Parts: sequence; C-alpha cells; structure tokens
Amino acid sequence: MDRYTRTPISYQDPQDRIHNFEEVCLGYTEEEAIEEANRCLKCKRPSCVPLCPVNIDIPAFIAEIAKGDFGEAARILAKYTALPAVCGRVCPQEEQCEKTCILGKKGEAIAIGKLERFAADWAIEKGLKFGRTEEKKGHRVAVVGSGPAGISCAKELVSLGYEVKIFEALHEPGGVLIYGIPEFRLPKERIVRVEIERLKELGVEIETNVVVGRTVTIDEIFQEGYEAIFIGSGAGLPVFMNIPGENLNGVFSANEFLTRCNLMMAYRKDAETPIRVGKKVSVIGGGNVAMDAARTARRLGAEVHLIYRRTEKELPARLEEVENAKEEGIIFNFLTNPLEILGDEEGWVRGMKCIRMELGEADESGRRRPIPIEGSEFVFETDTVIMALGTNPNPLLPMTTAGLQADDKNRIKVLEGCITSREGVFAGGDNVTGSATVILAMGAGKKAAKAIDEYISKKLSKKA
Amino acid sequence: MFEILEKKLLAPNIYSMDILAPRVAKAALPGQFIILRVDERGERIPLTICDTKREEGRVTIVVQAVGASTKQLVSKEVGDYIRDFVGPLGKPSAFVNEDIGELRKKKILFAGGGVGTAPIFPQAKWMWERGIDFHIALGARTRDLIILEEEFSKLTDNLYFATDDGSYGFHGFVNAAIEDLVLNEGKEYDLCIIIGPMVMMKFTAMTTKKLGIPSIVSLNPIMVDGTGMCGACRVTVGGETKFACVDGPEFDAHLVDFDEAIRRQNQYREVEIERDHEYCQLVGGLING
Repeated sequence: MDRYTRTPISYQDPQDRIHNFEEVCLGYTEEEAIEEANRCLKCKRPSCVPLCPVNIDIPAFIAEIAKGDFGEAARILAKYTALPAVCGRVCPQEEQCEKTCILGKKGEAIAIGKLERFAADWAIEKGLKFGRTEEKKGHRVAVVGSGPAGISCAKELVSLGYEVKIFEALHEPGGVLIYGIPEFRLPKERIVRVEIERLKELGVEIETNVVVGRTVTIDEIFQEGYEAIFIGSGAGLPVFMNIPGENLNGVFSANEFLTRCNLMMAYRKDAETPIRVGKKVSVIGGGNVAMDAARTARRLGAEVHLIYRRTEKELPARLEEVENAKEEGIIFNFLTNPLEILGDEEGWVRGMKCIRMELGEADESGRRRPIPIEGSEFVFETDTVIMALGTNPNPLLPMTTAGLQADDKNRIKVLEGCITSREGVFAGGDNVTGSATVILAMGAGKKAAKAIDEYISKKLSKKA
Repeated sequence: MFEILEKKLLAPNIYSMDILAPRVAKAALPGQFIILRVDERGERIPLTICDTKREEGRVTIVVQAVGASTKQLVSKEVGDYIRDFVGPLGKPSAFVNEDIGELRKKKILFAGGGVGTAPIFPQAKWMWERGIDFHIALGARTRDLIILEEEFSKLTDNLYFATDDGSYGFHGFVNAAIEDLVLNEGKEYDLCIIIGPMVMMKFTAMTTKKLGIPSIVSLNPIMVDGTGMCGACRVTVGGETKFACVDGPEFDAHLVDFDEAIRRQNQYREVEIERDHEYCQLVGGLING
C-alpha cells in the first residue's frame, strides 16, 4: 500500500446489517491501525490541530499508535476530549481535522477519526482510565443537560477541582448520544454508557429526571449553593414544514422516531415502548438525522425513500453516512419537495403531494436555492412520513429564567462565546448555535468551563 | 429510584399511589403532570398529579390499570420503587396567575369524567385554599367507578354526579348533567374546566359552547419525552399546531380539534394489540384514562 492510500477498514455487510442494529463500521484491527498511523507525515506545524474544536494533539496520539503504544495514544486523547470513542465515530472529520491533511493533497487524508476511535476503544476494552482531578476547591458548579456540551464542560470543571452536578431532564444521561444517534452508528452499552461512567468516576454527579425550568429553576439551583451554572440543554424542539396534513397519523418528527428507537429501545422485543414503521417510509430532509431515521426505518423492515429538495451534491449529511445509506437500499429522491400530506378516510397517511424542484442562484448558505417547477406536482404514495428538518432550542429556560436573553429562535444570547446575559450563567452548544455537531458542542462546553473557572476565581479575588 | 409510600384502591382497577418525589412535590402546581417509568424496559407514562404534600415530599398519582404498563405499575406495592419519576411537566393552569379577587367573583364549574376526576382535585383544592367558590360535576359509567367523592365533598357543597346507567345522581353523561344544571336548575357559570377521556371532553366542550360558557380542557395525547422534544403530542388548537406537553396541557376547549386529537390518540392501538397489550397507557388513556 502506498502512502497516499488509506488503510481499508471493515464494515458489516449491507445485506446483513439491514437486519440488525449492530455497529456498521467495525473499526481498525491493531495491525491496520499501526499501518494507517504510519502514513502520518508528523508535520512540524500540523494543520489538523487548529481545525479540531477541542485542539487534540493529533500527530502525537497518532505517533503513539504507530509505535504500538495504544494506551499512551488514548491517554493523550483523554487530555483534550471527554468523549474520544464518540468523536472518533460521529465527528465530521472530513470537514475538520482531515480537511487540510497534506496527504489529502495528493491522495487520501489520514484517517484521524478512525484512529481516534481505535485508540479510545482499545482503552475502553482494556479498562484503562484517565483523567486527573485537582484538589477540591470547595466550589460547586451546576450543569444543565448531559449531552456533549454538558459532559465536556463537567469533565473540564471536575479536573479543575470543582464539585460538579449535572441535571438531566430525561431518565438517562447522554443527550443526543442516547436519544438521537442510533445504536448502529454509536453503540450505547459498549461506548456511551462507559464514557458516562468514567465521568462519574471522576466525581461528576448526575441527577436524572430533573427538567430545569420546571422541576427546579435556575434561581433555585443558585439557592442550592451552586456558584455558577452552565446551560448545555441542546436543541431538542423539532421543526415541521407547516404544510397541510402534517398532523395525520403516521407523520413523525425524526426526534420522535429516533427517541422511540434509541432511548426507549423500541427496536428490542423486550421494550415496552411501541414504534410504528409502516411499509413505505418517506424521510424528508438530507442531514445526518435524516440518514439516521432512514437507516433506522430500513432496519425495522420498511422500504425507505429519502426526499430532498436539492441534489446529492448539497446533501448536508456526511458522505460516509450517505454511502452507508445507499448501500443499505435507501432510495434517494432529489429535487423533490412535499407540498401536502394526503390522508385516507381514517386519517392515516396514504401519500404526499410533491413538486419537482430545480436549482437557482446560490443563497446565503452558499448552496443553490431550490425553486419549484410550475406544473410538476405529483402524488407520491407512502404510509409513513418522518420529518428530519432540523431542531431549535427549547424555549423553557429563557421563559422561566429572569434575565436570560434569547433570540427569536430561542437561541441563548452569549458574549465571548459563552457568557449569557444573566450573571453566573454560562451557555454553549446547540442551545446557543442552533443544531450543529457533537464536537462543536464539546468545544463550547470546554471553553465555558474555562470561563466559569475565571469567573469564580475573579469573584474570590474580589472578596479577598 | 422513587419509593411508593402509599397505595389505595379507589374503585375497581383504579388506584392512587403516593410517591416520594420531593422535587416534584415542591414544584408542582395545579394543571401540571408527571411522567414515570416503572422499570428500565418500561414506557414513559404520563399521568396527572392528584395531590402533593410538600413537607413530606409526597406526590399522589391516580392510575387506571388499562394496559400492560399501567398494570405493571399497579402491581407494585408500598415499599417498592419506581425507576423514574419526572415533573412537574406542562404549564400550570392559567387561573394560578390570575387575580384572586377576580377569581372569587367568577362562577366556576369543574367537569370530570372517569379517572379525569383526579387532576381536578389539586385545582379545586388550590381554589378552596384561597376561598374561591366552585361547583363540581363528575361523571362515571356507574356508581362504583366514582372516585374521590369524600375528598371533593369537603371542598364544595355543590357536588353533582352523573352516571351512564343512572345508578347515582343524574342519569346520563356529564355534559347532559351540565345542560340540566344550567337550563333546568338555573345555574350560571363563567368558566368550565373539563377533564376526562378525550371523547367526554369533546362532547362536554360542545355543550358548554352551546351554553356560552368559556371552557378549558386538559388534553392527554400520546407523549414520549414530555419536554417538547418528540412532537408526538401535537394538537391543533384554533388552526395552529401546539405541543400539549409544553404549550399545554390546558387549552381553550372550544378551539381544540377533538376529532384529530382522538384519531391521533389511537395511533398505536394496532401495534399494541399485536404485541398483546390490551391497551397501552402511553398511547391511550394516559393522563386521565
């Protein structure tokens, strides 16, 4: 194998995997990982590091893998990221660290994500534990939400010596890692729950079943003796199209469909929560969540169509996910937009009235704007429609917290990336940016932890 | 884990349970609900709050055992634990933020049906504690299924009953009883708060609309998370889509599209039957049974 070709990685055969929820990508073996790691040019001024939202010392951990010291590789990762096994799987590396890899100029960029996953998985399998905590400072910080932003913030704070408690609204911690991303892309038992256990072992306390804004307010958390609060409540409110027929039986948000399957484990025979799939499912949207919903529906036995108003080139989903979806038999319908969902006499979905689109000029997102082709309406038969059009932050916290400002999309307003309009309250992740990626939320959580440390230290020095 | 402190049989198949949940007991206001999960494989079941005792950290829920999950719940005994218990969810009743003086001037009627009687209790109690007068009309299939009669009789002298079989009080549905109170007994009401099964709420809302009484219903659609994430609880109110869990559960009774709400509530019935569930609480009778 030449230096410019990526070491191949194994995947579960598409014909097998559409019948199970086991992980699709099987990961590198030790030999493969060493081989891939040896491709790294060990750039003196690596362009990959600044593109990582948590600035992992990428050449350093890859060099350890190349040497065969996988534990040391994992230890380096743990210095920068609270969730290496997660990030190695779900980060859009092709848009970040791998984007400017020198190897990519002539051939294929080094597989940073796959190597990160390898080292992190190896450490989990071997039961290695990292993370150090400084001496307790006797100061308490509360974190709202146990998704990527909250986890990352909590880990950083606990290692700075703070006593940290996370409040989680659902019955299980993990946020989108648990309710949103499917098992076949991110194993819950083997990876997510292990990472969360590690966090607890570092001393982070997690209280589930607490909806901040309802069960307790931000003010009451301060009254409980916390000196600062980080809000990492994500973007959980699903967006619908506001077209006729959207409330027919058989129309779901991707959030509902995925939550039933992931958090509530409805794909398992022994789970009590039902899920309704139908025979011919249409997923509306083109992002990673749309791919997750489509591939989940496929595994539950349906014929699945993805309906997207632009072309394949504009799909916001990761290329790897699109390829995996295609291999699994998801049928892509591009340049198509639903106008109305049609119901039968009993109020169940029987089809969609759609219109063909063409691409016009580029819009502010830089993508070419889809324009309906007049007179091209047609009826598309389908019995289940899943809306995967994105999510907005939940308005609950701005609504119930005096002095916490948010914009018209309920995104919390911040200064310097994480300081809210309410003293002592910090925010980061999807509730500030709108729905984005796991790693950006982690970066925001980590940054907020530093700001919180500064805030508390400053308050102390004033007192003294 | 949340301990069961007390369990009582209120009527055939209808139980009240006191759960130790101090945070919920402290925060709950009339009109709000909780979601619980019996064990790690369980569904998230939305249930109404019937009463709270803040000092003891106690939350009383009333549950009718109609499906696999609710049957499993009522099989638990005092001293057993429930895996998850979260709340209070939804917005409190609008009257909680109204001027007490204004409320005292209003002639208020509560209309309850079946297990929907339970969530009326905290609302009526809240008003009673503030010296606000109200009448209560409760409907059930038969006398045996009437719950909380003693508790309600302590709050008001104007307690009316309606049974489908005529075994107690007015012979007929609760909406017919309300019509009788207004048209034949000369009662007047400025506000009616209706809580019960979806069909009961639909017909009672039609009656109060005809009688010109502004009305509120507490909806009980399918929910998964109950925090605004899934959108399963969408309901059309005045032509707009609302999420019952965060925008509700209480809405203007005369603006709710009940036919859609009833249809949506039955969405999983087939799946449930297939899975040998007689009836699923999450989908069917969640809040009020």
